[in-house]
Amino acid sequence: MKRIFGLPAIAGLLVALLLGACSDEATPHTRGVYMLLDTSGTYAHQLDHAQRIINFTLAKLNPGDSFAVARVDTGSFSEKNIIVKMTFDDRPSVANEQKRRFREIVDDFVKNVRPSAYTDITGGVLQAIEWLNEVNPGRKTILIFSDMKEDLKKGYVRNIPLQLNGFEVVALNVTKLRSDNFDPREYMGRLDAWQKKVEAGGGTWRVINDLQRLDGMLGN
Amino acid sequence: MSVSDLLSIVPGHAALSVALWLIVGSILLYMARQPAHRAILSLGNILHRGLRIAAQSLLKAEAQLSLRNREVLLAAGREATERIVEREFDRIGAAVTRGMSEFPALKREVSEEITKIEEEHQQSSEVPPTPPAWHKAVEAVAKIPSSGDSMVAGVLAEIHKSMVKAQDKTVDEYRKSSHKRHELLAKMLPHWRRLEQVTERMDKNVAGLLDRSKSIDRHMQDHEEILKGTDRAVQMLSSSSITQFFIAALVLAIAVGGAIINFHLIMRPMQEMVGGNSYIMGFKTANVAALVIIFVEMAMGLFLMESMRITRLFPVINALDDKKRVKMIWATFVMLFILASIEASLAYMRDILSQDDAALLASLASQHAAAAAGGGAAAGSRWITTAAQMGMGFILPFALTFVAIPLESFIHSLRTVLGIIGSYVLNALAVTLRAIGNMSRFAGRALVQVYDLLIFAPLWVERQLKGRTPGREKEEVHAFAGDSSMKLSQVGR
Repeated sequence: MKRIFGLPAIAGLLVALLLGACSDEATPHTRGVYMLLDTSGTYAHQLDHAQRIINFTLAKLNPGDSFAVARVDTGSFSEKNIIVKMTFDDRPSVANEQKRRFREIVDDFVKNVRPSAYTDITGGVLQAIEWLNEVNPGRKTILIFSDMKEDLKKGYVRNIPLQLNGFEVVALNVTKLRSDNFDPREYMGRLDAWQKKVEAGGGTWRVINDLQRLDGMLGN
Repeated sequence: MSVSDLLSIVPGHAALSVALWLIVGSILLYMARQPAHRAILSLGNILHRGLRIAAQSLLKAEAQLSLRNREVLLAAGREATERIVEREFDRIGAAVTRGMSEFPALKREVSEEITKIEEEHQQSSEVPPTPPAWHKAVEAVAKIPSSGDSMVAGVLAEIHKSMVKAQDKTVDEYRKSSHKRHELLAKMLPHWRRLEQVTERMDKNVAGLLDRSKSIDRHMQDHEEILKGTDRAVQMLSSSSITQFFIAALVLAIAVGGAIINFHLIMRPMQEMVGGNSYIMGFKTANVAALVIIFVEMAMGLFLMESMRITRLFPVINALDDKKRVKMIWATFVMLFILASIEASLAYMRDILSQDDAALLASLASQHAAAAAGGGAAAGSRWITTAAQMGMGFILPFALTFVAIPLESFIHSLRTVLGIIGSYVLNALAVTLRAIGNMSRFAGRALVQVYDLLIFAPLWVERQLKGRTPGREKEEVHAFAGDSSMKLSQVGR
């Protein structure tokens, strides 16, 4: 009696384990990175630094992770601003091929980029939130390669609270403007305002200006 | 109203309130002295007895465990000695069979050698040269006095001459025959040597058998001691088991190292097969798959060793008839071979993937993708690492097969070691419980004294009052002494 009862119980347990193992609902181990490239004014000439960061990120990402690079220009809340986006294949060899293709697209963009007149960072962040929520990775990171000085064209409304729960926002290579040198409070105030904005939305905020410290950028 | 207000008997005079509380407390404690003493002592006794009973139970359990350990040890030792004796008998049987099969050939060889020696000995036997038949007649004639006759003297001289000649010829012949005999004797020498070699060989075989019989005697002696269950046998088996445990653990640790290397060889290419981003219960599927392959290889190795009767972990496999066992040997070997080949292929794939990763990283590190092309001098010797990885991938599964031997020793010795540890733990627990029990008894007595110390003032008053009525005091003292002795006797029990 005991044995008859025991076998179905073991079989049931195994089936439950297998079903549990095969469930495809969440991807808690994947990482999603969305990088915003400021192409306004003089920043367009610093894109070789951005290339280094993109290459570094590509080297760090694993199969199954997602990565997108988008430009920040006059109106950044648009899919058209996304230069390249990819979710890397599960197989490492295919993922490597995708990374090569990714790099080529970014290289082409850097070669042919034209400076934009305005800087819509918030629009870019909103687009990043939308894309990362759609991809739904385990960890969501937004990298902003910009001086963080927003310059909106008349008519663009960006006074919108950001929903950044579970997001990590990293400002990279935040260069000081000429006006910042006259009054450093402008620079500090700019960064402070962004930090408050991100943290109010539930996200975490970091600034990395020294590109030698990129190792800690994507965490472990 | 706060607690301090409630406790304040005389408001505004905290010290007075405290003193009053102390007096009230002392009186109350004095009034409850006898039942409090009994309660404290009873509590101490209850703890003491309860822990003592628990300690006794643990000691009984320890005794049973020790007995079981002894039985397990003796059974394992009996089995081991039986196996050794059986193996020794097998070896003796094989040696005797081999010796007996050689015996007719040896006998023939010896007979042939002896025949040859006999023949040559016969040929070499010394035959004295026969003197001429007419020697005595001639000698008699030669003794005839010549009496001055020249003719007779001449005849005699001729006879003497012919005699000397005949003598010389005989000596010459004798020398020749002696030389021939010596030659024959010299020819016999290799035959003697051959005979000596044959006898030495036989002697060696016999000595080997004698050694084995001595070894069997020794093992039989051990076996008898184990059967008798002597303390010496148990001690010997116990120490041997602990030694086996540590040796097996060491070898298993080495095997685990091998398994880890094996795991790293196939983990990466497994991602190509099952994906690098799927998880089973929080673990990467690729890692689980690699581990499963290694475990399957180890299981195959285990079955192979069992089928070859090198280990005896599964009685079912050991009980199989020889035909089925041989089939199983082949089946497990083929599977192991296939798995080893798969591992070698995976190791090759790993190398390709590593090269691809390295190339990608190099291209990402350099600003220009073209700069990453080319591998320099290292690319030429790349095949060495590829071959080494493939070789390791192929060999490690077979090497892991031998894990079955230390695993068997480990499992067998683990029972004994766990038994010994359990026995020690139970013993230590029993001792601790007894110590706590005794401490609780003495703590009860100490608390009684502390209780009296707290109510020293009422007790002093009591003694003063009793001092005035000496007859009654005596009675009280006797009563108290009787009470105390009663308590102590209760505690002692």
